[in-house]
Amino acid sequence: MMLDWLHSHKELTAVAMGTAFGMVARIAMLRSDYRQYPAYPHGKIIHLALGLIAGALGAVAVPALFNKDYTAITFLSLAAQQFREVRNMERNTLTAVDDLELVPRGAAYIEGIAVVFEGRNYLAIVTALLTSLFAQWIHWWAGLAAGVLSLVFSHLFMRGKKISHIASVEAAPIKLDGPNLYVGDIYMMNVGLDENREIIREQGMGFILTPRSDDARVTIANLGQRQAILHDVSTRLGVYRDDGDPGLLPIAKLGLRTGQLGLLVLPREKDADKAYEAVSGVPLLEAAVRKPTKANRKSLEEAESNG
Amino acid sequence: MARIVGIVTTRREEVGGGAPILYAEDREQLQKVAHLLEKILDCAAHTINEDLFIIVERK
Repeated sequence: MMLDWLHSHKELTAVAMGTAFGMVARIAMLRSDYRQYPAYPHGKIIHLALGLIAGALGAVAVPALFNKDYTAITFLSLAAQQFREVRNMERNTLTAVDDLELVPRGAAYIEGIAVVFEGRNYLAIVTALLTSLFAQWIHWWAGLAAGVLSLVFSHLFMRGKKISHIASVEAAPIKLDGPNLYVGDIYMMNVGLDENREIIREQGMGFILTPRSDDARVTIANLGQRQAILHDVSTRLGVYRDDGDPGLLPIAKLGLRTGQLGLLVLPREKDADKAYEAVSGVPLLEAAVRKPTKANRKSLEEAESNG
Repeated sequence: MARIVGIVTTRREEVGGGAPILYAEDREQLQKVAHLLEKILDCAAHTINEDLFIIVERK
């Protein structure tokens, strides 16, 4: 009975299923974790509403095209416009709030987050489009299968890489030689006050990141990526500082000779395992990933083939 | 670029120039003055040597 109804109302089924799957895709990708964003209910509502709109737009396009209503495709461009707005909104909000963070996210991290928010909406729209397409074209069960597959695919696609993929993280001892502060062998900074030295000796934790490849070397040298690491670690473990304590800033410095990155963090909660997890789990920023070795290899091959 | 906004020293004869210079009687007082300046100016105190501190502003 129910199935007969679904067969006889093909378009309605396609649109409803597409919208639902688009919305589900957006919900699945809307996670509040240690980044605490978007954790507040209103931020979530905005993204859920946009996810619904994305799903509906993607789903409606298919029956319209089946009815030879080709102008329906312009709806999709309208959606793209909307989602670029989302990116702007995220960027503006996070930039405005960034000044008030004890350890700021940094522009590169904010840009990364904004891009991800835009991208998630496109994935929601594609999920809706595919679900609706298969439901309309074959049957409702084909739409269901296409929807589930796209959900799995978008889940895999959105799982970015982490620091642990490109660098090995090791805890390193903090050394104070007079005012000079070292993490392992990497010189970090000059700490003037005895009081600050004492706090760093007690609360500080040192890490050394060794890049696994030449590409990774460039990535961890990126200032935006370093700031993202410091921000994430400070968010997850707390930070032992207040405004007006420039001497107690978590800091990341490059060992120029080795390409290793030295990290000094001042966590509230001094737990080596958690800190290790936090550093390893920092997402790689799109803005920081470079692949110079590939380009160099190609230009070398070209040079050889040209004689 | 960083800017030196203050100098604290126990040796009057070793410093001079454009930044405000504060004198301290001994190294203990030197630490105290540098500490105060760090908090008041929201700038970092750095040690050049045991008897000479600079207060540095970073933008």
